[in-house]
Amino acid sequence: MAIKELDQDIMRPPQPPGLIKWIRDNLFNGIMNSVLTIILFPAVLYLIYLILNWILVTANWRAVSEFPMLFAVGQYPRDQLWRVGVIFSGLIFMLGVSWGRWGGLLRMITMVVVGFLVLIAVLPVQHPALTVQMRLYLGGNLVFAALGFLIGKKTKLKEYLIIIFWFLIPVGGIILLAGFDSSAQLPAVPTTLWGGLMVTILLAAGGIVLSFPLGVALAFGRRSSLPVVSAFSTIFIEVIRGVPLVTILFMFSIILALFLPAESRIDRLVRALMAVTVFSAAYSAENVRGGLQSVPLGQIEAAKALGMGNFKTTVFIVLPQALRAVLPAIVGQFIALFKDTTLVVIIGINDFLGIGRSIINSDPEFVQMRTEVYIFMAVVYWIFSYLMSLASRRIESALGVESNL
Amino acid sequence: MEKEPIIKCRGVHKWFGDFHALKGIDMDVYEGEVIVVFGPSGSGKSTFIRTINRLEEHQQGDIYVDGIELSHDVRNIEKIRMETGMVFQQFNLFPHLSVIQNITLAPIWVRNWPKNKAEEKAMELLQLVGIPEQAEKFPGNLSGGQQQRVAIARALAMEPRIMLFDEPTSALDPEMIKEVLDAMINLAKSGMTMIVVTHEMGFAREVADRMYFFDEGLIVETGTPDEIYKNPQQDRTKLFLSQILQH
Repeated sequence: MAIKELDQDIMRPPQPPGLIKWIRDNLFNGIMNSVLTIILFPAVLYLIYLILNWILVTANWRAVSEFPMLFAVGQYPRDQLWRVGVIFSGLIFMLGVSWGRWGGLLRMITMVVVGFLVLIAVLPVQHPALTVQMRLYLGGNLVFAALGFLIGKKTKLKEYLIIIFWFLIPVGGIILLAGFDSSAQLPAVPTTLWGGLMVTILLAAGGIVLSFPLGVALAFGRRSSLPVVSAFSTIFIEVIRGVPLVTILFMFSIILALFLPAESRIDRLVRALMAVTVFSAAYSAENVRGGLQSVPLGQIEAAKALGMGNFKTTVFIVLPQALRAVLPAIVGQFIALFKDTTLVVIIGINDFLGIGRSIINSDPEFVQMRTEVYIFMAVVYWIFSYLMSLASRRIESALGVESNL
Repeated sequence: MEKEPIIKCRGVHKWFGDFHALKGIDMDVYEGEVIVVFGPSGSGKSTFIRTINRLEEHQQGDIYVDGIELSHDVRNIEKIRMETGMVFQQFNLFPHLSVIQNITLAPIWVRNWPKNKAEEKAMELLQLVGIPEQAEKFPGNLSGGQQQRVAIARALAMEPRIMLFDEPTSALDPEMIKEVLDAMINLAKSGMTMIVVTHEMGFAREVADRMYFFDEGLIVETGTPDEIYKNPQQDRTKLFLSQILQH
């Protein structure tokens, strides 16, 4: 009771204006603005109508809808598709586990992804790719995600175990995708047949995971007091940053092959991955270096004064603060890397964009539909980039609560 | 009976480039003593206590801490740093770690204590400095006085034999100085060996065994608080005291 009485005496912040008032204040304040509003409102509606009309009526999406598997995995042998399925479901399962363990944004991502799969599974249309098995498989991912969620939620799995599994699945996955020369059950599938979104994600994720530690190492290398290490890092960073990615891709795909003996030929896809990794590492290194410089000297002194050596000071004090400071820049770099993988087309790898281009070029009829194909691909790239950006902002705010010293 | 000093400095010199910051400092500190170092800014007092745990490297002279010579040997430096806690003017808490993590980090990773032992010790120390309820908060959410008390607890968690304070209250708002000084007075009364760079003359009067007046890289005058306050010998000491005691 006392609290209620007290409440009435407290001054409250002014309420935000209601909808009507907001409209009057912002859209109809004065003759000029009223006229503009009256003209522009229908214009905007008409524009929306035009866009929707194009998407739903005018556009012909056949070039996209006829080749879902091509966009997803390229020429990967259709009788070996189960390997892709196993890996994909493994990732869905891990997504579920992580959701159960950490919640937050992972919940939304898992639900959107699984919801999308289930939606396709029950789509009431006839499509040659949507066989009964395919529908069952897509819907079945709901079970994997739920199973993962329960395991993540109920068992108190150690966090590092989950992270280790996140790394094991792609590594095991690549071995599974590649197969073995001598095996009858798991025949080798040459990477020339890999393609589509699978390759794009592989290159981007591989590039991100490999380039980040390399970038951190280079950043420390550049600051090192050992002249050889620092000179090497600086030259590496400046050379790579001074050269377009296309050049680096060519260098790895052609020149590297010339220098190495014929029997030690590195796989084409691996060479592309190396090029992307090296390129991204140079940029990450500069981002991380910026972060390292932002850590105040007092932090390092405090750690040293507690008896911590250089290594422990770096791991526990400097790096966490440095990375937090430059997280937005690093994620920006990752998004750029994801989109840059499209350049592997020029060394003959059929990534997502490459598949789209070869579909367009495969048939004069499809050339007419190139707008639709490119818009479709743009939307897919946007979805992935936006998810990364969203995740970055969530991580930032999770970390940011405790900053501001 | 001849007792060895726990800190022994002989002819310590330090240059920053051409600037001669310490011009031959001699000092003996015995176990359980509380030493207050004061002097105008730029007098070398902060530089001096930072040489004791090698945050600054002295270029000439000898420093022994707890019988270990401070030299280029990294193992010696880390050993000495484990035995000497330091509290900074700007607190220097780790902003990405909670209060309890700030305190337990070094005991766990440097002293290799098990986590629960370190946490018990940390809670004990937070109790001692009067803020056990802040254990799970992050430094950014604490007041300056609370942060400095956490910093004291963090240094004490390593169970050091010597505590160094580098102007611990200079960055604090006036109403928070007392809570930090109270924690330091308690510590002094518990028998901790302390070297404190401060201008808090009330603190010095209450717990200091000896005071050192630094000016231009030299020890100008030393004595008990009584001697320094009531009967300073040097003109520079008199002038400085009159300036800081006026207000």
